[in-house]
Amino acid sequence: MNEDKLKEILTCKSIDPAVRNDFPMLAVKSHGQPFAYLNNAATSLKPRPVLEAMSRYYQEYGSSVFRGVDSIAYKATQAFEATRYKVKDFIGAKQPESIVFTSGATAGLNLVCHSFAAPLLQPGDELVVGATEHHANYVPWQQLCKQKRARLVLAPNNERGEVTPELLASVMTDKTRLVAVCHMSNVMGAVNDLKALAEIAHRHGAYLVADGAQGIVHERPDVAGWDVDFYAFSAHKIYGPTGVGVLYGKYDLLESMPPMIYGGEMIDVVDVADTTFRDPPYRFEGGTPPIAEVIGLGAALDYINSLGYCCMQQKTLQLCKRVVRGLQQNPNVEIYNPDNYFSGIVSFNVKGVHPHDAASIYDREGIQVRAGHHCAQPAMRWLHQSATLRASFAFYNNEEEADRLVTATKKAGDFLDVFF
Amino acid sequence: MSSSDEHMNLLYRQIIMDHYQHPRNKGLTGAPDYYTVHLKNPSCGDDLSVQVKLEGDRVADVRHIGDGCSICCSSSSMMSELLKGETVEQALATIASFKHMASAEPYDADLLKEAVSLHGVAQLPARVKCATLAWIAAETAIRRDEEQARQPAATSTPSQPTGQDETRTS
Repeated sequence: MNEDKLKEILTCKSIDPAVRNDFPMLAVKSHGQPFAYLNNAATSLKPRPVLEAMSRYYQEYGSSVFRGVDSIAYKATQAFEATRYKVKDFIGAKQPESIVFTSGATAGLNLVCHSFAAPLLQPGDELVVGATEHHANYVPWQQLCKQKRARLVLAPNNERGEVTPELLASVMTDKTRLVAVCHMSNVMGAVNDLKALAEIAHRHGAYLVADGAQGIVHERPDVAGWDVDFYAFSAHKIYGPTGVGVLYGKYDLLESMPPMIYGGEMIDVVDVADTTFRDPPYRFEGGTPPIAEVIGLGAALDYINSLGYCCMQQKTLQLCKRVVRGLQQNPNVEIYNPDNYFSGIVSFNVKGVHPHDAASIYDREGIQVRAGHHCAQPAMRWLHQSATLRASFAFYNNEEEADRLVTATKKAGDFLDVFF
Repeated sequence: MSSSDEHMNLLYRQIIMDHYQHPRNKGLTGAPDYYTVHLKNPSCGDDLSVQVKLEGDRVADVRHIGDGCSICCSSSSMMSELLKGETVEQALATIASFKHMASAEPYDADLLKEAVSLHGVAQLPARVKCATLAWIAAETAIRRDEEQARQPAATSTPSQPTGQDETRTS
């Protein structure tokens, strides 16, 4: 991260600790202790405005969208479509028609894979994927390459876990058709410069697909400014509900793509022997959409806008730094990403203690972290680990929770205690 | 907790740590008369291979290798030691008993010997699969090996060599 950005984060207004009252989950107890939720990279907690917006839809205007001519159905459609405009503004897209609602980042990436990349790819072509991607941005491309007899090329990472412009350039050839990389790694917390990577991809006549699931939590994307071709994310990681996500695509590219799911609301005219389809984004939204969830996503974006990214970034960064410093005092702890504070992610292991054994100790202390391969087995191979522990912070976490993690880690060696 | 309970718990911990740090029957063999089953817990990354060699109705040898937590690895070691030398019928009864113990159901402690040290997993539902992985792998290997032995040689698929590997996720 550049110095100016860091300075801006460190000097902006600090977050109000009362923000914790917005999150009902923070009042939960686990094993008799206040629940310390340090698994935010897996999914985030949901603030009341999101829960209330969804509940209001179900209780006050719960009807289907697009189908009715009555005023209640119209209200539902308006609320649903309002989120599309909010997303457009939030991620810096040029037009709302570029915003496709999906079931999540995974569905968005698979849609690009099957509808856009599959017709594009010829035998012998190359497709570049980051070496430590989440399975959602790895397996679809790997399988497509197998089917198309195309070459899957891994873009190497530097020691921080970044795909730098130089590293991407080193694997690009005139056969590269598409580059798929994350905005931020869910294991290493490394941030990729998508603008620079898109420029390199385009210079070689390739398209750039970004997995934004982790990145959008920590940095506002600017899809048009960065000139990425596709950007996918999930609502549930940015304080919104599960079951909904967004695929952003450049409109002319979306227009060139066939629908993958046939059904209601995605059609234009259904004749006996053929059907014409609606324009994007509706072509890709067959069936009754997750209406409450889309409305909840809109409320989540409003919530983030009301706080502003800067104070969230500041808090996350401070907590992450505090935990890294604390864990570094423990000679038995090995940290794999000691410099990626911005992500709020600390990936580590305790020497001689398997991550699952350690996770049971954290659980006993009322702390939830992630233990395992984090849906990123390629990243585990890159780290030469079969599994790691991952603590991940959000702006609503506090210093006390961070310190509890550090203290519990000292007890990780007592892992058999939980069985007796 | 009474002092005798505390004493037993200390003993159980020692047994688990001993098997974790000094696993018995560890390492796979390339010998053709072993049946191999490879199992994983995809959610957590535990990865285990178990080999079984049957001689008549007896489990002549059990080998294992894996990567996992203390419970997964120590359980695998205990399993190999217990089942080795048992008849197929005994071995299947021992496996059933272990699975019952891990699920907090009534079980025959006499069959499980040292493996009763792992009874505490029943209190941690999230860890039950760590403890049972090796036993499920052994059961699969024994049953498949038996099936194979029962098949007349003429009907066995020629492309499948003996000592085949089977990879599944649990």
